[in-house]
Amino acid sequence: MLMNGARAVLESLKKEQVDVVFGYPGGAVLTLYDELYKMKFPHILTKHEQGAVHAADGYARATGRVGVCFATSGPGGTNLVTGIATANMDSVPLVCITGQVANPYIGKDSFQEADICGITTPVTKHNYLVKRAADLPRVMKEAFFIARTGRPGPVVIDIAKDVFAEEFNYEYPHTVHLRGYSGKFTGQEKEIDVVFSALQAARRPLFFIGGGVTLSDETADLRAILARTGIPVVSTLMGLGCADPADEAAFGMAGMHGSYAANMAIMECDLLVGIGVRFDDRVTGVVEEFAPRAKIAHFEVDAAEINKNVRVDYPVLGDLRWSLPLFRQRLESSAADYKGRYSMWRQYVIAMHHEKPFTYKKDTGCIMPQALVEMVSRMSDDQTLIVTDVGQHQMWAAQFYTPRRPRQFITSGGLGTMGYGLPAALGAKLGQPQKQVVLFTGDGSIMMNCQELATAADYQIDVKVIVLHNHVLGMVAQWQRMFYDRHYSESLLNGHTDLVKLAEAMGVAGCRISEPAKLESGLRKALAHEGPILIDVMVPDTEDVLPMVPGGKRLDQMILGGGEA
Amino acid sequence: MKKFLLAVLVDNKPGVLTHVSGLISRRAFNIESISAGYTEEAEVTRINIVVSVESERELEQVVNQLSKLIDVIKIVNLSKVESIKRELVMIKVRANRNNRADIINVVNIFRAKIVDVGPEDVVIELTGEQGKIDAICEVLSEYEIIEIARTGAIALSRGLLPVKKM
Repeated sequence: MLMNGARAVLESLKKEQVDVVFGYPGGAVLTLYDELYKMKFPHILTKHEQGAVHAADGYARATGRVGVCFATSGPGGTNLVTGIATANMDSVPLVCITGQVANPYIGKDSFQEADICGITTPVTKHNYLVKRAADLPRVMKEAFFIARTGRPGPVVIDIAKDVFAEEFNYEYPHTVHLRGYSGKFTGQEKEIDVVFSALQAARRPLFFIGGGVTLSDETADLRAILARTGIPVVSTLMGLGCADPADEAAFGMAGMHGSYAANMAIMECDLLVGIGVRFDDRVTGVVEEFAPRAKIAHFEVDAAEINKNVRVDYPVLGDLRWSLPLFRQRLESSAADYKGRYSMWRQYVIAMHHEKPFTYKKDTGCIMPQALVEMVSRMSDDQTLIVTDVGQHQMWAAQFYTPRRPRQFITSGGLGTMGYGLPAALGAKLGQPQKQVVLFTGDGSIMMNCQELATAADYQIDVKVIVLHNHVLGMVAQWQRMFYDRHYSESLLNGHTDLVKLAEAMGVAGCRISEPAKLESGLRKALAHEGPILIDVMVPDTEDVLPMVPGGKRLDQMILGGGEA
Repeated sequence: MKKFLLAVLVDNKPGVLTHVSGLISRRAFNIESISAGYTEEAEVTRINIVVSVESERELEQVVNQLSKLIDVIKIVNLSKVESIKRELVMIKVRANRNNRADIINVVNIFRAKIVDVGPEDVVIELTGEQGKIDAICEVLSEYEIIEIARTGAIALSRGLLPVKKM
């Protein structure tokens, strides 16, 4: 079919079942937006390109589908970079389409020219510069294939302005042919057998699960394996929601702000089975002393993750969709009494967790941020999506909110991007319109990308924005309190911005809760509000996120919380 | 530090060198040399990389990270198989009536070639393994070396099996 490059891009998006694009127009993408206008292609105009890419990311995390965003050349593209890096670190499938200056102007430092492929190479799974319309169908097909298969990730397609206008004969390919990438990752069954035998010999096995379980939709097999064996399980930030919260031996997050029992279990186990994890420094503590008594098994789709940070004894290289069902089969067809065999160890870790759960000081006369998160957790169910920004509130959300299923807890883990939360919440809501979306953010984070409140208002995207307002950059201040002699260098905000008025000025409802006695009723009322609302909750300014494993320490050298259970 | 020569077959597409070199720098891998050129297949480029690593584990990381790049088709560590390694160097040396004969003598001993002669200089070409090239450079440093251009090492395995089928 004869059409121009712009139309070809949009037709390809339709072929890939893309139902919404987040973006921002500009000179280099005028032709693309003209076709979008003619086709009435669903598009959300954010107030900033960074908002568009985080929204596409939130959409992708909430739905498991590929998020798509558009931006123009130069500053449009560079404004995407933080969002692309965020998605790349957490293996989120995105296709980001940017306009480039027209072919004759490339390389001439033309108006709004930036080398987007060069800039995004370190933070993408792959990228393309398209200089001929004839390449578009293949590139679009490949981009979606690459973004969603294997270890997912962002793909950038930078398209020269004249390509959008170039007429050509469009035909969307049915298959992808890449010599260096098959998108299929099945491994060797004998590696699974090795882990299976190691498990027979283990006395204190531990599962350590991460975002890979969510990305591969392997929760059912994981939960079946846990139910069959009774083996305790700990999670990374990205793996929260995968284990069944009703399992007494699911201890939530491990690592720097992980639970006592989760970290002690890692230190004491004799077989640690990592599943879809990358042994990030936030979770290992001093890496040489991570799981010092254990053999380490690692189920992983990305060969480069094996032996990257910790030495792995039993790798199982391959897609979890291939390996976990086979592992489950072996366990279920075995006659062994796993539950009996590991019950002492299981009970031992459960007892540690009962003795030292996540705690905080109560009856302080203030609204404790942890109490707020717990309250929202009680008020919500698996139909609620929790999105967070980055900082103390994010860690409290991870500690005190109990997600019931994967994709229920959306957070920037690897890159730790402040300003991620609000636009990601908007994308999540558009991806899952029937679910309630609650954002936990801070008075620091909300100001990075607060312009997207206007987007929430303009499209009436119903997100509940809860600001844990402590008047400080809490995590920075906590480190300064602990390790920098209380030199609160540039971390005391004491801002003069009235966040409720800010929300109202943008067209979003707002309310403030300052007294503990009014917390529950205030929250209930605000969460029942129809449409987007910002809930500004005043919390103390010197509360620490605990437990904490200080940098360069072992996981069992945690600073524990001061509160009672 | 141990050195290994990797043959990396990649799609001959724009951006592929950025992808490869960008990865090497951002993962903080040490490379001694990198060279690229066409192959027997028009759509395939062969990049020859000499990496220096502390351990086998680091080498494994280099290979696995490079393998992840979508446009990388195949990587073979040619230091692990029987292979022939070569490097080409051109050396421009200041030469005059008095020492030209000495320089020619050195060139002959190394089985190198003089490819250009001027009133005050000669350009010497030598192909060989790295050790031989280092050696001629050292001997010629007795004279005044004006400049050196080296290609970095390339290698082929011995026998019928090409890298793409290994």
